Amino acid sequence: MKLTDRAMRDIYGDLLIAYAKQYPNLVILDADLRKAINLQPFANAYPERAINVGVAEANMIGVAAGLANMGKIPFTHTFTPFASRRVFDQVTLSVAYAGLPVKMVGSDPGIMAQLNGGTHMCLEDLALMRSLPGMVIVEPVDGVQLAGLFDAILTCPHPVYLRLIRQDFDPIFPEGTTFELGKVSLVEDGEDVTVFASGIMVKEALDARDMLAKEGVSVQVINVHTLKPLDVEGVVEAAKKTGAVVTCDNHNIIGGLGSAVAETLGEHVPVPMQRVGVKDHFGEVGKKPFLMEKFGLTATHVAQAVRDVLVRKNT
Amino acid sequence: MDYRETLEAHAKAIRQNTIRCIATLGIGHVGGSLSIADALAVLYFDILHVDPNNPQKPDRDRFVLSKGHAGPAVYAALAMRGFFPMQWLDTLNQPNTLLPSHTDKNKTPGVDMTTGSLGQGFSAAVGMAKAAKMDQSPFRVYAMISDGESQEGQVWEAAMFAGNQGLDTLIAFTDYNQMQIDGTVDEINDPAPLDDKWRAFNWHVQMIDGHDVVAIRDAILTAQKATGKPSMILLKTIKGKGAFFAEGQVGSHNMPVTQEQAEQAIKELN
Repeated sequence: MKLTDRAMRDIYGDLLIAYAKQYPNLVILDADLRKAINLQPFANAYPERAINVGVAEANMIGVAAGLANMGKIPFTHTFTPFASRRVFDQVTLSVAYAGLPVKMVGSDPGIMAQLNGGTHMCLEDLALMRSLPGMVIVEPVDGVQLAGLFDAILTCPHPVYLRLIRQDFDPIFPEGTTFELGKVSLVEDGEDVTVFASGIMVKEALDARDMLAKEGVSVQVINVHTLKPLDVEGVVEAAKKTGAVVTCDNHNIIGGLGSAVAETLGEHVPVPMQRVGVKDHFGEVGKKPFLMEKFGLTATHVAQAVRDVLVRKNT
Repeated sequence: MDYRETLEAHAKAIRQNTIRCIATLGIGHVGGSLSIADALAVLYFDILHVDPNNPQKPDRDRFVLSKGHAGPAVYAALAMRGFFPMQWLDTLNQPNTLLPSHTDKNKTPGVDMTTGSLGQGFSAAVGMAKAAKMDQSPFRVYAMISDGESQEGQVWEAAMFAGNQGLDTLIAFTDYNQMQIDGTVDEINDPAPLDDKWRAFNWHVQMIDGHDVVAIRDAILTAQKATGKPSMILLKTIKGKGAFFAEGQVGSHNMPVTQEQAEQAIKELN
């Protein structure tokens, strides 16, 4: 399967089909976004295992809980706002509290809602999902990582919230890279500062690393693909090594990766830390470059956060 | 004893055990528990293919109490069927109990789905029926919602989906007791006409006396024969039925019950 130079949804659709034979209990549900998330090829191959509930996300989660209760492995699909905040009570009780391992895909995370604008720009899904006991949260950065984690997601005995880019992505990991659910992935090593990033923010972190190298600053970039359970050991080890941390969130700075890392560092190794992310603000309509700039998510913003945290580290 | 006498005796015992169970802590969801006692008697003592010695038996019939607050009545029925000792009923809502106010499939043997947030159990029941249909499994899924619960939008999302999917192994009941926490359903936000609404959603619909065990049994047998559609049996009931301190009273949804009231009500039922 080709894992680069394709839209994430194309890879995702292929993965569903690839695993369908091995897992006859794998079923998919969507709420009128079958084409948008590229579920049609699976539906063509396995029509009896593809359920479109129409524009009714609450019922989709409830039906998925019922399917999981009967031993199916249901994957639900919609945009992140409708996969999280719209159905939060259904996810909380029918899925998480009931202990049913439904896999919930939220596409177009954070500013990737782009031209759908502020109403669809979900900057709170991580905060919501992180607060649910037993919830596993995964945000793959590229096709290689999605493919590398897919089996672990599918067979995970817990509910999983999969924050999925739908369109093009920046390739980060070479084919053949292996990943472990619940463990961070080192992208580039460095000595002075650790930058933790997930999803689209990994590319910004790497670009910031290049900028800072010219200034003589050595940056370690670590990808946190599993936001919950957070790899406490991996986070603490990196913070101990470099003594300064920057986090990068395509999310509100409240409740996302930055919060998860801050909670961990606060209890284990309180080092100077700076959060890059949307600063407690609603989203708005626009294309990715405009939104990255507007909300302070670019490599330039990451580089400045690194400089700021270094000052604190060295004083 | 004939069928009616036998099932009425079970319904009476469910009522007595429900009242006794709620009176141990002195407060609980009396009204909506007592109104479904007759339906539970018919389900657990005649209709449902379930095995108290093997509560997780894969091909068992399922029952989802979407109006999860009526847990005490289901616990009474399950205990009487031998899913767990009768003494458990004294632990309702006590610390570390396996019998919480609202039904929880991970705590109580014989409970098939975790419910409590109204409307959600019904969607799950629809999903369970859909899974059974996908696998061509022979068992049925039964679900109990209420008229007040029918004010939840999710009920109608699930109703539309189940109707369009033709889930004919799903048989649902509405406890149509006309009352909710703040008043009567018609004065708050009337879901009527429920029969026409369910028909419009492509369901097979029957409206019966929800306290007549023979009528309940017959309606279920009729529903089992309906093909290509899920079935809704609207049970015309009286909230708090059978307890002098609760029957027909709006305030019976969640109310205090003294030991004296419980003892008198249990005696009167005899």
